[in-house]
Amino acid sequence: MSLKLNRRKFLAGTAAVASTAAFPMPSIAQSAPVKIGLLCDKTGALAEGGFQMEQGVTAYLKSKNMTLAGRKVDFVVADTGSSPAITKTKAQELVERDKVNIILGPLAAFEMFAISDYIVQTKTPTLCLAGADDLTQRKPNPFLTRCSATSSQAEHVMGDYAAKVMGLKRVVCLDFDFAFGYEQQGGFQQVFEDNGGKVLQKVWAPLGTPDFTPFIAQIQACDGVHQGFAGAAPVKFMKQYADTGLKLPVCGGETAGDDALLPRFGDEAIGLVNACPYTIDLKNDANDKFKAMMDKEYQAIPGFYAASMYVSVQVVEAALHALNGDLSKPEQTIKALRAVSLKDTVRGPLRFDHFGNAVGNMFVRKIVKQGGKLTNVTQKTYENCGQFWPYDEAKYLAQPAYSRDYPPVKT
Amino acid sequence: MIPPRLFVLALALAALIAVPWWVPGDYYISVSSQILIYAIFALGVDVLIGYAGLVSLGHAGLFGLASYAVAAALAGGSSQFGAVVLALAVALLGTAVFAALSLRATGIGFIMITLALGQIMWGLAYRWVDVTNGDNGVGVAARPMPFGLDLEIASNFYFATLVVFLLALSGAWIFVHSPFGASLKGTRDQPRRMTALGYNVWLIRYFACLFSGLLTAVAGILFVYYTKFISPPTLVLTSSAEVVLMVISGGSGTLLGPIAGAALVVIVKNLASAYIERWNMLLGAIFVAIVVFMPEGLVPGSMRLAQWALKAIRPPLPAGGSPSGKAGAP
Amino acid sequence: MSLWGILAINSVAFGGLLFLLSAGFSLIFGLMRIPNLTHGSMFMLGGYVGASLYMTWHLPFWLAALGAAAVVAVFGGVIERLLLRRLSGSILAQVLVTLGISFIVADFCLLTWTGDPISPPTPPVLAGGVRAFGLFFSIYRMAIILVACVVAALLWTLLDKTRLGAMIRAGVDDPEMARVVGIRVSRLFTIVFCLGAGLAGFGGIMGAPILSVYPGLDTDMLPLALVVVILGGAGSLLGSLIGSFLIGLVYNFGQAMFPELAYFVLFLPMVLVLALRPQGLFGRQAS
Repeated sequence: MSLKLNRRKFLAGTAAVASTAAFPMPSIAQSAPVKIGLLCDKTGALAEGGFQMEQGVTAYLKSKNMTLAGRKVDFVVADTGSSPAITKTKAQELVERDKVNIILGPLAAFEMFAISDYIVQTKTPTLCLAGADDLTQRKPNPFLTRCSATSSQAEHVMGDYAAKVMGLKRVVCLDFDFAFGYEQQGGFQQVFEDNGGKVLQKVWAPLGTPDFTPFIAQIQACDGVHQGFAGAAPVKFMKQYADTGLKLPVCGGETAGDDALLPRFGDEAIGLVNACPYTIDLKNDANDKFKAMMDKEYQAIPGFYAASMYVSVQVVEAALHALNGDLSKPEQTIKALRAVSLKDTVRGPLRFDHFGNAVGNMFVRKIVKQGGKLTNVTQKTYENCGQFWPYDEAKYLAQPAYSRDYPPVKT
Repeated sequence: MIPPRLFVLALALAALIAVPWWVPGDYYISVSSQILIYAIFALGVDVLIGYAGLVSLGHAGLFGLASYAVAAALAGGSSQFGAVVLALAVALLGTAVFAALSLRATGIGFIMITLALGQIMWGLAYRWVDVTNGDNGVGVAARPMPFGLDLEIASNFYFATLVVFLLALSGAWIFVHSPFGASLKGTRDQPRRMTALGYNVWLIRYFACLFSGLLTAVAGILFVYYTKFISPPTLVLTSSAEVVLMVISGGSGTLLGPIAGAALVVIVKNLASAYIERWNMLLGAIFVAIVVFMPEGLVPGSMRLAQWALKAIRPPLPAGGSPSGKAGAP
Repeated sequence: MSLWGILAINSVAFGGLLFLLSAGFSLIFGLMRIPNLTHGSMFMLGGYVGASLYMTWHLPFWLAALGAAAVVAVFGGVIERLLLRRLSGSILAQVLVTLGISFIVADFCLLTWTGDPISPPTPPVLAGGVRAFGLFFSIYRMAIILVACVVAALLWTLLDKTRLGAMIRAGVDDPEMARVVGIRVSRLFTIVFCLGAGLAGFGGIMGAPILSVYPGLDTDMLPLALVVVILGGAGSLLGSLIGSFLIGLVYNFGQAMFPELAYFVLFLPMVLVLALRPQGLFGRQAS
């Protein structure tokens, strides 16, 4: 499967005639191209997600002929190499050298934290994918908008579903021993236990673990397993889980059953329940168009990463319309971005809360085999879910941030 | 008549000082600062690889230790000066322990112990959350303002880094040209003979490790002020490997080699990567090419090529040796 | 009781996998004193090539494994003849060139197979498991143990019992004398390197149904190979075998018994052992 993306810089493509005649023409000053920069990993451990992010952005831009709200788009991709230091340098390159108006990405929380202060200092509106909770909660970044979700957002929903629909009562949680893992498991545990469930233990595996068997072996007697592995690990985990002979139901977070990974799972993944802000089987115009585009251009199945970035560009376009194409005042830009409210996106309706985090539908899916292939089938849709769902914002913010030991495992 | 080497060095120095003027923009000034920081780091590692004959695959751990010390001290309310002093002290202490353990072995054993120690530091960065904040990292709110100079400005930070770099380079020069440096090279080349002559080889190597740790700490401190952020990925094994590659590709056992190697890697990673998607492959190919054409390293190799070129263009001396030359007398 | 049972079984199984991973490195380092830092990338390349042969070209698994080993062996041979041959004795240059090649190989794999993980399904004849003594034994993992032992036996036979092995050992101990006696030392070194590379590739595809193949597999596995070889004692095949099972034990039981120290469970013992016995557990005294 070869990638067709071998040009780093996409210059404004087709003829200048704007394809959209329904909106007011921008004034002369705004006929300069809009510069959008994407920070993603193209060469390191997270390259898989990075490729998909780039595919998502270019799919949307191509569907609009590289023109948003009447302005041509200059699109630049910067490779973060999964290194915070390089991410910072690349952010500087995008802002200082390429003079981008808007930054998309990055993917990982550690990449985002490396540039958080910088984007505030340079007032660069950013639409990130990184889910680090506190960036839109206790330490909010005023120039950040997030079209994906916080790390715990989908897990709140998973906890609810696991308790109420799957009827699980005693669950063991496994995840990577780092912040994304803590926040996912924390979100799951809180809602799960508030609905009558109990998390018996939380098992943490170091990053880079080749074989999860010693961790799977620690699973005590319970009626279900919850995991939040990301990257290449979800595929590996399900295989190794099956190899231990365990048959307990497994549920997971937004990365555990990512649609883009579906061709890579084996039959051992059938039955995996997972909660995600995007689902491949959502039936609406936007998603149909998106899936067709991804198939035509990249022969790829879109997942959470591609979808989040596709939607991000759509949000940028909507904000551009609202601003009449004027991006010269960053404070206005970020306000317009956060004010965007869309009905028809690839993930359904989307709007933002006052921290800039997405509020939309969360989908609980199950992996099944259809026509000889694995696919996710939505079991339940939770509508209008924000990052604090189902809690009251003030009460949520008053409690400590999810960490390795919070919520604690009650013995 | 200025010897050509000195002339070239003076030219290079002038070019370094003039960077903010001939480099096109703040972004490139920042990259230049980064090159200098990694050059100091590479110098520190070269003290061990080139002059002591000990390859360390764990120096990113010490580098990160200094960075974390600064960040943690600042977060705890310390002054900038206090943070720097604390970081140097902590890093030296860390190096003392590091070296005491690693010097139990030489050769491949040394490499492995340093690798293991580096991995342990990496793991600590993730797990000792009270100090390091785990993988969310620690940010540095503001750079210091020595003598009222605002280091937030790219060119000011560059000059401050340049001063530190020149000091480090001078220190390294004095070190390798001192009697201690000579005895260090002795332990590299003929450890048994040195022992027979009465030198305490272990102690010599130990002090070399401490000096290496000092340079590494200086680089780590500058680094955290540069990125204003430190997190565990900085201490990963590939970072330690990378600085070793800088030293070897530039030319180990020389002072200018590590600088060239640092420049190579930083330029490919940060600048070439903007134009070439497969920059990792490019970097690997460059390393292979260096091994094929200049196995002793970029700097020694270039000097060798330069001497060869000079000899080739200089007119040959006439036979018989005197300028007027009596031709062909049998 | 189930916990300790699973851990015990997996220690042996993981140890078998580690042996397949590290045998090649041990061979090359032990015999040629070359630290082949391309080893992790060769392992990964073998996994990718084998997975393609098995999943895209539908070769039977054993054939795909041999095919992968052959491809990586040829690749190793090319590296040895063109690059490593001229660097003998120069350890730093060897480090530089092998790491440089590993960058190239890793990026090549990313380009060819993209960033998605590839998980070859367990070959049907070895799929599933059996329940006995209240424990579940995954058949494939049991097969790995068997394969590791067979490979170890074959290597030992080759090196200790055949003429080729004798020539190799002669060429390593004293290349000059060996040449005088008429042994083609350079050709032998190429053979050894090919063998070591082929073993790495073989390990990669054999491990793929368990570990999958993904970008970053090389940097995840190389430190493990180094730990096994150094701890077991470089140059000792028996040391590598025992070292593999020992590391398998430490990895499994250590993670379970000291969950707070999961990040350090391999490297703390390694520092301890090396600090006390720098030549490793079975190695000869450092030269």
